[in-house]
Amino acid sequence: MTLPLAITAPLSFVPIIAIESVVQRVFARVIKTHPGLFDRLADHAAKRYAFLPSDLPIGFLVEPAVPRISVHRKERAPASDACMEGELVLLLALLEGRIDGDAVFFSRDLTVSGDMEAMLALRNALDDCEIDLPRDLADLSGPLAPLVRRTAEHIRERALGRVFKEEAPRWN
Amino acid sequence: MELICPAGTPAAFREAVDAGADAVYCGFRDETNARNFPGLNFSRDELRTAIAYARGRKVMTFVAINTFMRAGQEGLWHQAVDDAAALGADAVILADFGLMAYTVERHPKQRLHVSVQASASNADAVRFLVEAFAAKRVVLPRTLTIADIARLAKQIDCEIEVFAFGGLCVMAEGRCSLSSYATGKSPNMNGVCSPASHVRYRPDGRDLVSELGDYTINRFPAGEAAGYPTLCKGRFDIAEERGYAFEDPVSLDVMDHIEALRAAGVSALKIEGRQRGKAYVAEVVSVMRRALTAGATERPALVSRLKALSEGQKTTTGAYEKRWR
Repeated sequence: MTLPLAITAPLSFVPIIAIESVVQRVFARVIKTHPGLFDRLADHAAKRYAFLPSDLPIGFLVEPAVPRISVHRKERAPASDACMEGELVLLLALLEGRIDGDAVFFSRDLTVSGDMEAMLALRNALDDCEIDLPRDLADLSGPLAPLVRRTAEHIRERALGRVFKEEAPRWN
Repeated sequence: MELICPAGTPAAFREAVDAGADAVYCGFRDETNARNFPGLNFSRDELRTAIAYARGRKVMTFVAINTFMRAGQEGLWHQAVDDAAALGADAVILADFGLMAYTVERHPKQRLHVSVQASASNADAVRFLVEAFAAKRVVLPRTLTIADIARLAKQIDCEIEVFAFGGLCVMAEGRCSLSSYATGKSPNMNGVCSPASHVRYRPDGRDLVSELGDYTINRFPAGEAAGYPTLCKGRFDIAEERGYAFEDPVSLDVMDHIEALRAAGVSALKIEGRQRGKAYVAEVVSVMRRALTAGATERPALVSRLKALSEGQKTTTGAYEKRWR
């Protein structure tokens, strides 16, 4: 599901530092909730991983060894060892392990370039972590947590439903 | 028939158990198993926890130690068998005769299954493994027709497990040297076919080019589903033709033949895919569980859901229904 222009276009004008501040808070929360997230990476933790949502004008660079995430305009993207490109909803679904990486790669909805070994290790590490973004976002929202969680879960259901054109995949 | 399901991580293991597996197979995080991919597999502590999780739900755990021992490094494989037995694995899945001998000598009560990597495909081979190493089950190579399996079942005193869904291997399991030829590493010795360190996917205009080491494996035009970067699934120029010299990039699916497999004497159906994510495991296991209990008329609709998860987004009955050139 490609994000609507009404959502993506303003990101070209919002200062990167503002976007980065929000993204870094979520990243820190995920790391705190899943302290073993990068254990499976072994030596690949020192690599730099780029994630480029094809429907956004920005990209993300993850450096697990630091650990750090930074946000960049696509035209100024820094060098990376491995890069994954696809629609934002797909990238987030992969982050949560809600879709199978190989399947979206076979369907050509996802592009991977650079160090395949490093990206495979990261994919497997993420897949084992059971990240739940609505829950992690809610944890950052104080008294608004229940509302944020419900809203985020609703958006996720709808987005994944559109991706798969049927009922969104559910956990057992 | 039992449903034997793959797990590459503890999260995938729990998904397989909850989705209806009768047994889950997995491996240690080293070269003792044929899915030794980065970030995949189990530490000893993770396996202990997984076995407890499965046992509490009456599900078995099989540990694949199915690569071939390297001279001088046998200790790594011996330790894997010792640990799997100590942790309470319901079976170890082995390919190396030397390791089978070690297992039956040191752990005579440990149930031993013959891995597909042992390539035991005739009655003499299976009978030898049963007599010499007390093998209780053989996982058959994906080279036999259902009629072949039925004939074999009558001649052996051993359970039969066959692959029912997932990636297909070239028809020389345990003996394939294609990956080794291109990269120096093989599933048989190192647990990796087409190691990711040697794989590159390169966009070329609107095409996607897959490369393994110094070899171009395939070129996928825009709109065509991609496949794994293995030489056996490569598209090559041969004489005047360009095509798949070994096999097409498709997945195995024999769910239309469940009754025939059961009648042939098959005890267990195996799902391939320890390298796949937990979403794949959850979806495939739950669909297969429903398909096993569904009637023959409902089954095709159920299993067709899985095409989108398959390599090349296409499936085949492979050798079970041998009709190829």
